[in-house]
Amino acid sequence: MKVNVKFFALGRELVGNNSLEIELGESDNIKNLIERLQNEHPKFKELKSFVVAVNMEYADMQKSLNDGDEVAIIPPVSGG
Amino acid sequence: MKKNIPEIENTSTDLAKEEYIRYSRHLILPEVGEEGQRELKAASVLIVGAGGLGSPATFYLAAAGVGTIGIADFDNVELVNLQRQIIHGTGDIGHPKVDSAASKMRAVNPLIKVKKIPEKLSSENAMQIIKDYDVVIDGTDNFPTRYLLNDACVLSGKPYVYGSIYRFEGQASVFATELGPCYRCLYPEPPPPNLVPSCEEGGVLGILPGIIGSIQAAEAIKLVLNIGESLAGQLLLFDALRMEFSKLKIRKNEDCPVCGKNPSVTELIDYDQFCGITADAEDNLNITPLQLKQKMDNGDDILLLDVREEIEYKINRIEGGQLIPLYLVPLKMNELDRSKEIIIYCRNGIRSMDALRNLKAAGFEKVKNLAGGINAWIDQIDPTLQKY
Repeated sequence: MKVNVKFFALGRELVGNNSLEIELGESDNIKNLIERLQNEHPKFKELKSFVVAVNMEYADMQKSLNDGDEVAIIPPVSGG
Repeated sequence: MKKNIPEIENTSTDLAKEEYIRYSRHLILPEVGEEGQRELKAASVLIVGAGGLGSPATFYLAAAGVGTIGIADFDNVELVNLQRQIIHGTGDIGHPKVDSAASKMRAVNPLIKVKKIPEKLSSENAMQIIKDYDVVIDGTDNFPTRYLLNDACVLSGKPYVYGSIYRFEGQASVFATELGPCYRCLYPEPPPPNLVPSCEEGGVLGILPGIIGSIQAAEAIKLVLNIGESLAGQLLLFDALRMEFSKLKIRKNEDCPVCGKNPSVTELIDYDQFCGITADAEDNLNITPLQLKQKMDNGDDILLLDVREEIEYKINRIEGGQLIPLYLVPLKMNELDRSKEIIIYCRNGIRSMDALRNLKAAGFEKVKNLAGGINAWIDQIDPTLQKY
């Protein structure tokens, strides 16, 4: 299945892209997606703290994914 | 939301004749009206940080007639602030930020009460400072203070109007409401120190805090008036380059150590420690600009490493150095000659210290950080270089 991953802030810089389409296994969840991203984009491993949302709703690492899901990965920012 | 606003006690919040005219555009809104304007007059809002985010909030809350506005900032105005901190002007440089913020607010609206708090918020004073206010707006620029404000607001039962920015992007929400999440529900762990560049290190589009800060002011006003749908339970994301807003649904973490069912944080903690910021036992790793100059004049066998971005290198540089932007240091460090003394610099000495830690962790022993960066070099050694 394919999911569209949107990156924000530092995540964009570490991955080098605003969004990526990722091909996953049928029963994959967020944790699997994060591991895939870390393997394919080693700099992404620097991001230890982030919020994940699936289709505009907060999701935890166990949430399973479906074909066509939009996943957002939002690191914290602190500028003011 | 009305639960968070204390009962109007004895202060007269009747509107004076002038106020009927001043706030006319509020009064004719069905959702506001006279009652709403009196609620604004009775309300007290604290803005922590008179900087990029705080600036629009101070203007708009004063204009809206919020009866008491507290403005907390321990800093003085600097030239470098004026690109985005619009509450301050050129004539305010060198003076406390709370002074220019207060005087601009009073100029907009002399009928409100402005309380200046020229102090740094800490675990020692935060609870005492915020207890007099109904709503707290976060205009700060660092993680420890954000966690501090979040926790203090949860513990005090005050809504925490959050906003933060990074380069061209912003976030906003309302945390610490009874049913909604707090900041820690979203980000239980702070990022490693120095991973996320501040505005000083990473740059920021000047207009950006203007937008996010205005959104925070709007949320504070909505909370006071109890109208509309607040951002509690939602995280607003903004991308200025694409002019895109998106909202994510977020929810309270029942196991949150601060606002969950069984909170383990029942009083304020040491937030610098929480965020991994320790006092620099790294002083002996620093080298002053004068010491560097002496080494260069002596012909010492040093390797001068510049870890800034190319775009900065184009503006100025210390001659004789090698450029490896910070993000490339882990990849290229093995190209560096370990037998030489490596002296690292950046603009202010922050990123270079980060690079130094990286090199040390990789076994480099002879490494030093140029304290104060090229800015200190320009001040003390070579003022012909262009500062930025």
